[in-house]
Amino acid sequence: MPAKNTMISIKGLTKDFGPFRAVDNISFDVKKGEVLGFLGPNGAGKSTTMKMVTGYLPISDGEASVCGFNVEDHPLEVKTKIGYLPEGAPLYGDMTTKGFLNFIAEIRGFSGDLRTKKVQSAIEKLQLMSVMNQPIDTLSKGFKRRVGFAQAILHDPDVLILDEPTDGLDPNQKHQVRELILNMAKKKAIVISTHILEEVEAVCTRAVIIAAGKIVFDDTPAKLKKHSSSGTLDDVFRELTQVN
Amino acid sequence: MHNCWAIIKRELGAYFSTPLAYVFIIIFLALSGALTFFMGAFFERGQSDLNSFFSFHPWLYLFLIPAISMRLWAEERKTGTVELLLTLPVQTWVIVIGKFIAAWAFIAIALFLTFPLWITVNYLGSPDNGVIFASYMGSLVMAGGYLAIGSCISAATKNQVIAFILTAVVCFLFLMSGVELVQSFFQGWAPAFVLEALGSMSFLTHFNTIIRGVIDMRDVVFFSSIIGVFLYVNAAVIDLTRGS
Repeated sequence: MPAKNTMISIKGLTKDFGPFRAVDNISFDVKKGEVLGFLGPNGAGKSTTMKMVTGYLPISDGEASVCGFNVEDHPLEVKTKIGYLPEGAPLYGDMTTKGFLNFIAEIRGFSGDLRTKKVQSAIEKLQLMSVMNQPIDTLSKGFKRRVGFAQAILHDPDVLILDEPTDGLDPNQKHQVRELILNMAKKKAIVISTHILEEVEAVCTRAVIIAAGKIVFDDTPAKLKKHSSSGTLDDVFRELTQVN
Repeated sequence: MHNCWAIIKRELGAYFSTPLAYVFIIIFLALSGALTFFMGAFFERGQSDLNSFFSFHPWLYLFLIPAISMRLWAEERKTGTVELLLTLPVQTWVIVIGKFIAAWAFIAIALFLTFPLWITVNYLGSPDNGVIFASYMGSLVMAGGYLAIGSCISAATKNQVIAFILTAVVCFLFLMSGVELVQSFFQGWAPAFVLEALGSMSFLTHFNTIIRGVIDMRDVVFFSSIIGVFLYVNAAVIDLTRGS
């Protein structure tokens, strides 16, 4: 029985693509207030795991539940609870920022004044006022990422799953996104995938490292640092994930 | 059904926020007009009906509808927005139907804009307006059939050009299945009931009875089942191709 404030619970999660096992028997829980940094080399299975938890990819084996709802049995409830920023933040480029957020709000079931309020507050949180009426195609990478972020937090979800949220952003924008994550951290369970190790130190309360589909480390970032002989995260990351 | 409506609005908006809608409507009107007056000999026939207009629709749709349907899913898969869409709290079939209705409504708008022809024929003579109305409906339902096939094929590929060509070919086979060209391929080795079944699948045969002014329930049921079957397969294809 998972603890009361467990928001994400993953047990023996496995994903096969044909003969290739991308995610191999992964288990962990994420509690409210936790910011879990999901680390690993490219192709380790980070995105695949996230895609299974968000209900995008079918699960090959094991189970995942979000806020007590099994992902396979109650996909709609799970999707209501999650805010998800997919890798690369795909967006409808032909829409304006505001039009896009309105669409997301509407699909999430907000209407009338409440919808306007939700969209407005997301726009303010991500400081998108200046590009509100611009087509998304014309925005810079940083703005696009922020629109994707706004879309994920619009409904104030209990669980946030962010696939490389700061990838391709400049240092100022990275800082901004991290501030935002820290501000929301107390009330939510947040999972961030990244391969930027400083990010883990900056925002995460817990680090999970996976390599070749398996969990190789699961503890606090401070403990992770102690693992290393030289005291840098880079070294310990290499030691843990290098496949010989 | 708020989220189906949200999808319809977004899709329709996407047509009109790009030149696609205007290009399509202008070409549709120009071609249908040119075919009616030159190839169809609208004036020379000296009859007050719109047969010379409607009889070209199956051919016009053969390459105009795939141009509409090719982007429905292939584009979303290419840009990755399909992941965003499928992790929102909406069932897949709602999205399939929403997209279909939006594209269908768009074609209905284009078809509606041919009304000056209807006015013209009423000005010149006294046509059977019941038949003309039935023909318009028949044309729209047939367009729905083409569209459902196209939407289904679009979901199976990331490449819009492939979606276009395959849709045109499959629609051509459906259009011509009652005609010598296709029938002769099966004659000699296929049993008679196969030939008959194939013949009864012909869009051309069903459409021609409608524009002759005969509203036979069988024709309506035929096109409705084509739409139903292909949209059902469409949803299944989306679930199969997730993440690939």
